[in-house]
Amino acid sequence: MKTQKYMNPYLAGFFLGLVLLATIYVTGRGLGASGAVKSVVLSTVVKVAPEHSANTTYIKTYSEEHPHGPLQDWLVFEVIGVIIGAFISGVISNRVGIKLERGPKITNRTRIVAAIIGGALFGLGSQLGRGCTSGAALSGMAVMSFGGIITMLAIFGSGYAFAYFFRNLWLK
Amino acid sequence: MGPLVPFIISNEFNLIIALLAGIGFGFVLEQAGFSSTKKLVGLFYGYDFTVLKVFFTAGVTAMIGVLLFGQIGILDLSLIYINPTFLWSALVGGAIMGLGFIVGGFCPGTSVCAAAIGKLDGLAFVFGSGLGVLLFAEGYPMFEKIFLAEAWGPVLMNEKLGMSKILFAFLLTAVAFASFYFTRLVENRVNGIQSKLPKDKVIMYSSAVGFAFLILTAVAITPDSKSRMEARINDELSHADLISVEVPGDKLANEIVNNYYRINIIDVRTPESFKAYHLPFAINIPIDKMSDRQWKNILDQKHKVNYFYADDQQIARKGYLMAGYMGKAENFLLKDSPSNFKKMFEVNEEPGSNAGKKEIDIYNFRKKAASDMKILVDALKNSTAPVLVKTTKIKGGC
Repeated sequence: MKTQKYMNPYLAGFFLGLVLLATIYVTGRGLGASGAVKSVVLSTVVKVAPEHSANTTYIKTYSEEHPHGPLQDWLVFEVIGVIIGAFISGVISNRVGIKLERGPKITNRTRIVAAIIGGALFGLGSQLGRGCTSGAALSGMAVMSFGGIITMLAIFGSGYAFAYFFRNLWLK
Repeated sequence: MGPLVPFIISNEFNLIIALLAGIGFGFVLEQAGFSSTKKLVGLFYGYDFTVLKVFFTAGVTAMIGVLLFGQIGILDLSLIYINPTFLWSALVGGAIMGLGFIVGGFCPGTSVCAAAIGKLDGLAFVFGSGLGVLLFAEGYPMFEKIFLAEAWGPVLMNEKLGMSKILFAFLLTAVAFASFYFTRLVENRVNGIQSKLPKDKVIMYSSAVGFAFLILTAVAITPDSKSRMEARINDELSHADLISVEVPGDKLANEIVNNYYRINIIDVRTPESFKAYHLPFAINIPIDKMSDRQWKNILDQKHKVNYFYADDQQIARKGYLMAGYMGKAENFLLKDSPSNFKKMFEVNEEPGSNAGKKEIDIYNFRKKAASDMKILVDALKNSTAPVLVKTTKIKGGC
């Protein structure tokens, strides 16, 4: 079976906009992603090292504000949905399979290390910026939030600014 | 009227909604190609602008939708979550995220999609973002200053630019379409191809552009639902017959004494006047706050009858008409002013010695009703105190 082509980007964007609009209509807020990571990570820390958590302001405040843990967290459920939805899409378009994508110049190992470092930067940045590309930038744009839109500009602006220095990771 | 949570959909069921929203989100992201890191970073090297196309189209679609829903009156825009602005943390956090994007090749949502279909680099990115969150939590004292600096609250982009929402929407939509056009040129140059759009696509794209601007224009030139209601109420205020729904104070007192559990007495004056004096069991809903949806539960009870009053009968009438729009309850007006009601029952002057039978009857009725009402109010002090409805705060964020 041949891997199917991706959807027309504008059509996909339109559908994504409808999903976002429906979410705002039903729940009063937009979509997110990094918040789910936060919920899982911080709740795990609280479970594994309760004493340490009680002494760490940020974790303590978070667990006080979210006493129910990740199993009652909206974003955690949403991200479970994302996994299911992406998997269904992958199955339909025949794209499921263990794979690793990298630029032609680097080894698999470099790619994995870069992905972890990039993830860590994104994770940290999303905490500082109160949301990632989904929660701050996309959902922020839908409701015209000033903070959301400048976060978006900062993300993509910085991406362009640094692109040159990391071109060896991606280009021939 | 939306948002449906928590008034129409409970918070528990909301988690199911989260799952469904996520499935839609993940499905579309994967279909768009966001599970492929090469497609994502293509944005930064100019060979593939899929991210910009999908992202901008989605943002503009949702934005226009939100405006349209607000205009029609099915979504209360004052209740939706607006990401608060913290200037420095937004800029610095965004810059760090951008660096993470170019190094890691994903953002959190897309890495989850990639991991879901078996991409190991996606999985590594998800793991990394967990580390990053932990790093922030542990090093919070270091970031705290910048995290909390320049807190502006939930400001909107259009407010900052000093323009109306709709004008900003027009501009953003125009910018989006312009960027689609120019990125196409860039894409063609970087990839060294000369592709021309087929005719059917040109037609499709231009009608989509036209459709977007058509909706925006419609939103811009039609009055919103609130001013539509206002206009209709003002129209009815001058035409409708509102005398027949007026109920004299004696009759209302009789209702209070005998059927207090079946009626709502609604005082549409200011809280100050309400505090100074109000009818027994009255609930204070100031006229300018009446359309707040926290009152809907009170105003729209099929088994209860609403009685409206104010010092100015014209205002009471307005409240009566508004309630007619908001719910299906039966509504009436109090004919007497509250100060009159007070005179009738609290003061209730004894008729002179040459008073007729009718006057004495009225006096006796009012005296009895006043004491009955007092007993009822005392007895039910705790159980009928209007329940304070907490204004719902929608928490959000990513």
